Amino acid sequence: MNRLLPLARTWGPLIGIALVAIALLVVAPAVLSPFRLNNLGKYVCWAIAGVGIGLAWGRGGMLVMGQGVFFGLGGYAMAMHLKLEAAMATGGPDAIPDFMVLYGDGTMPGWWEPFRSGAFTLFAIVALPAVAATILGWAIFKRRVKGAYFAILTQALAVAFATLLIATIKQTGGFNGLNQFTLFFGYNLYDPVNKKMIYSIAAAVLVVCLVVVWQLYRSRFGELLVATRDAEERVRFLGHDPANIKLVAFIVAAIMASIGGALFAPITGIISPSDVDATASIFLIAGVALGGRALLLGPALGALAVGYGRTALSESFPDQWTYFLGLLFIVVILFFPSGLGNAWSQVTQRLRPQHQEATR
Amino acid sequence: MNDDYLEIRDLTVEFDGFRAIDGVDLTLLQGQLHFLIGPNGAGKTTLVDAVTGLVPATGLARYRHRDLLATKSHRIVRAGIGRTFQTATVFEGLSVLQNLDIAGGIHRSAWKMVLARRGTPSYVEEALETIGLSHLRDRPAGVLAHGQKQWLEIGMLLVQDARVMLLDEPVAGMSAEEREETGELLRRIGRERTIVVIEHDMDFVRSYADVVTVMHAGKVLAEGSVAEIQADPRVQEVYLGRQAEAGAPETSGAETSGAETSGAETSQEAGHA
Repeated sequence: MNRLLPLARTWGPLIGIALVAIALLVVAPAVLSPFRLNNLGKYVCWAIAGVGIGLAWGRGGMLVMGQGVFFGLGGYAMAMHLKLEAAMATGGPDAIPDFMVLYGDGTMPGWWEPFRSGAFTLFAIVALPAVAATILGWAIFKRRVKGAYFAILTQALAVAFATLLIATIKQTGGFNGLNQFTLFFGYNLYDPVNKKMIYSIAAAVLVVCLVVVWQLYRSRFGELLVATRDAEERVRFLGHDPANIKLVAFIVAAIMASIGGALFAPITGIISPSDVDATASIFLIAGVALGGRALLLGPALGALAVGYGRTALSESFPDQWTYFLGLLFIVVILFFPSGLGNAWSQVTQRLRPQHQEATR
Repeated sequence: MNDDYLEIRDLTVEFDGFRAIDGVDLTLLQGQLHFLIGPNGAGKTTLVDAVTGLVPATGLARYRHRDLLATKSHRIVRAGIGRTFQTATVFEGLSVLQNLDIAGGIHRSAWKMVLARRGTPSYVEEALETIGLSHLRDRPAGVLAHGQKQWLEIGMLLVQDARVMLLDEPVAGMSAEEREETGELLRRIGRERTIVVIEHDMDFVRSYADVVTVMHAGKVLAEGSVAEIQADPRVQEVYLGRQAEAGAPETSGAETSGAETSGAETSQEAGHA
């Protein structure tokens, strides 16, 4: 028994990840219609961002209310490339996206140019959020901004980002966003086989992200991150600058959100300000809260569930579905503040005599 | 010449015009158990806060040619100066072993941080042995007894390789037996370190102090051996004036009165620490 427990601790989470992988990569493509599979792909993109939020918020205690910004950085980077790819397929290597002719003077801003290259785009999807999160995180954490102030700051950032996008219709498509993609790195987006492939890529990326956070959680960094969440000042007296520890988690979360956004664009065929604004950011948070922010699989499963719930409820109750979702959150936050994934252990803990209170 | 000492000159800490520390000079030598005593509000904890970068101060605090007042807290720790707090602040969810391991960050490169712990590093094993918690290594720190938590904190300082240890009331709330064990532990580890203990319990001070510094109203009132301090009329005045009803610290009733005061100060100063 004593020998089995550490084994279960090491392999239990990996088995959980393997089950998710089988469900998403083998079962789902076999049983779901192409339309439903594509919808699932959309939830998977949110789940990828959710895994990062679980790291930053669940383990690091940073309530990242503006992950839509990073989701958008990746999403728009990918969408710009897809837009150019579509234009170049019909109009030659110097073609520019259709909306720039429609709304603008028919010239393309210089910063669009490198996104003609697929390799650069992939690089940018990782590098852009990393650089943005580093600058932002450095400024925030070194000044010891935390708690509600941090949440409000990131939320305001999401608002500003969406406003900026809407205001720059000639450069970013404005309110409509970027859509009408035809090709994905050479693959025809109207072919169901290719749609399935993109879904599989997204599902595989989610599994990889889960493995990454699994390793981070069990590493010394993970222990230190939890320690920073629980007693930041104490960590300082272990010889660590808590700002650096939080910064790493924040950057990883930003990159994951960006990758999620990058896959979201080809799967849904559109990225627009409403996919990256404050409301979208809160939806990302909501999934993580529902599933259990500090758990390994909680954020991903929560995001998938919320995504599914959005679709299912909006199909049955086109007008009232947001109320149902809101009600669900109130119930979860009231009774299971650490998420549904923790519900069982929370119930058993409540039933057990409270012998730990005395030591606090 | 051994430069392993902490030098404090004309240290001053001001809060909105109030001088919590007023021109303190102190030299803390290696190999001595240095005790810092004084009535509530004398500035003992503030002095430690100033040296460890928690409150801004003017003057000079130097260790191994490093200006501590211009150094950030976590760098002061890496320079070899560790501290504990009045309320034991171990990570309650982590095991004893994990608590000690997490304190060993200065032994690791950034890249090693993303790896999981495998086995027990030798410095953690040694610290476990020294603080006598080997048999509790896998217990969560939250369930430890109060005294054991303080020992764990001292163990974390050992793992941190702290050459200077600033201990804020480590034996407050401990049983007589635990105090004795703590005193022996401090003696053991104090030979090659500089240890400063803030303390109220006069019995404990008498038993283990090599040097005692008495602080009063932000200033150093007296410094010397236990006998010298007890003979100092100014010290007697401060203590007698404060504890007239409970009896002087030298009398046999000192143990209980000391424990009472320390309890009161713990709750009072917990907020600002």
